[in-house]
Amino acid sequence: MAEPGRGTAARAGWAVRSWWLITGMWIRSTMAYRASFALSLAANTLITFLDFAVLLLMFAHTRQLAGWTLAETGFLYATSSVALGAANVLVGSVGGLGERVRSGSLDTMLIRPAPALAQLAAERFSLRRLGRLVQAFAVLGWSLTALDVHWSWDRVLMVPALLLCGTVIFCALFVGCSCVQFWWGEAAELQNAVTYGGATVLQYPPTVFAKELVAGTVFGVPLAFVNWLPALHVLGRTDPLGLPAAFRFASPLAAALCVLAAGLAWRAGLRAYRSTGS
Amino acid sequence: MGRVRVRVIVDKGTSVFDGVYLSVARGAFRRYSTYRAATVAGTVTNTVFGMILASTMLALWRARPGLGGYDAAQAVTYIWISQGLLVTVAVWGGGFQDDLQARFRSGDIAVDLYRPVDFQGWWLATDLGRAGYQLLTRGALPMLAGAALFDLVLPGDPLVWAEFLLAVALAVVVSFGLRFLASITGFWLHDSDGVRAAMAVVSMFFSGMLLPLALFPGALGELARVLPFSAMVQLPADVLLQRRTGTALLGLYGFQLAWGAALLALGRAGQTLAVRRVVVQGG
Repeated sequence: MAEPGRGTAARAGWAVRSWWLITGMWIRSTMAYRASFALSLAANTLITFLDFAVLLLMFAHTRQLAGWTLAETGFLYATSSVALGAANVLVGSVGGLGERVRSGSLDTMLIRPAPALAQLAAERFSLRRLGRLVQAFAVLGWSLTALDVHWSWDRVLMVPALLLCGTVIFCALFVGCSCVQFWWGEAAELQNAVTYGGATVLQYPPTVFAKELVAGTVFGVPLAFVNWLPALHVLGRTDPLGLPAAFRFASPLAAALCVLAAGLAWRAGLRAYRSTGS
Repeated sequence: MGRVRVRVIVDKGTSVFDGVYLSVARGAFRRYSTYRAATVAGTVTNTVFGMILASTMLALWRARPGLGGYDAAQAVTYIWISQGLLVTVAVWGGGFQDDLQARFRSGDIAVDLYRPVDFQGWWLATDLGRAGYQLLTRGALPMLAGAALFDLVLPGDPLVWAEFLLAVALAVVVSFGLRFLASITGFWLHDSDGVRAAMAVVSMFFSGMLLPLALFPGALGELARVLPFSAMVQLPADVLLQRRTGTALLGLYGFQLAWGAALLALGRAGQTLAVRRVVVQGG
């Protein structure tokens, strides 16, 4: 890195600043066509409601899905979508890594005086991705009013904490899974299975799925910490796996472990990277 | 990644010319068959989504057995059929669209326009070749995984499978017609990403990809059944689940054909209009 490494904090600060500078450039280029952007954002927001409409249609035929009401399932849907949507806005572009490895354009990023990961995450930054986030927050707002929950202070605080940890976990999954592309350039879709597939799992009550799958999201890919486990506390429900109550509050720890794992994967990938030389 | 180049010797007469589309389709089939890692990764993704959606369907059918005229096993089978069709029929978009988009950006689109073959026909041929390969891999493999993991009800009669294949071929044509329309907005917008993203979500919803259309209530259900999207997933699934048999099949194929022809004609009109005012990027 060209910026003198004065310790981890300074380096992280520089990475965030690089991300912000590149993102700002893409935002300015989008804003050159303001009307076009406003239209596509509005259309995108409206159209992502069709995604939630599937849930509404299911609940048009039943009052409860595997014992959960529409408001409760809506809470899961919204929290999962906010976490995924925010992570996608922040670092979603890393999925393009394989294409850069293949074409050799990753080299250009490696010789620039900014962290490659920050550049990759900000590349072709698309404000349109905010549309899904707007929709997810709208559903969250609705579900919070529709829920039949006693809002004690711990439950109220749990909601923003859950969104924050969930976003961090999904960011780590985006980055960690994209590292597979250092070795296996075409496998971009594997990342989708974990991120989008994972977010889809979390949109439904855990009781819908086989216990083995739910256990896999606790002890394997730690998706359950995004919303299932903390939601058990917010909604006052019993754990289908019967785990100790501490798990419901362990999301920050899970998020930290995810970031650590993703960081190690990124380093290992970068070390293993051999330029195509073109 | 090798772009397939087919040389056309125009003055050899029409017999070579007729074979062009066939060799373009064959080339696309071969091209996709070289992306092995992508095929494996994609199959895993389809299987993961199949498991998720099949579980939600089982939960719904446990609460409401016989919903929409499906029993639980049929509903689960429906989900695995739709996962098999997702990439084959390109419900989410993609296929030739990615190539076309890159060519809009680079300006290579000008080369496509002066090739001595029909622009729309060329891309339709590549898309049919692609669909052929993906039916064999991303269509069949998730279905096999689904059959291993869940109880599916699939027909034993090879005739039903043949009828299903015809419905899938027509589904690809309808899907091509829709995607072609979305892509040629690139002639005007320079970047058809927004239109494509919108089209993807609408297709996913109205094709029956996420939920059988029988579960759509009232007017929404009526609307979904007349829109072209239903020809992409719901109708081929109806054929394989034998919800439509005998003469009712003719009506189903007729619906797919009518939409396919209408969309191709619309695409052609759009293309004519666009070419007249095209400004090529790059140089």
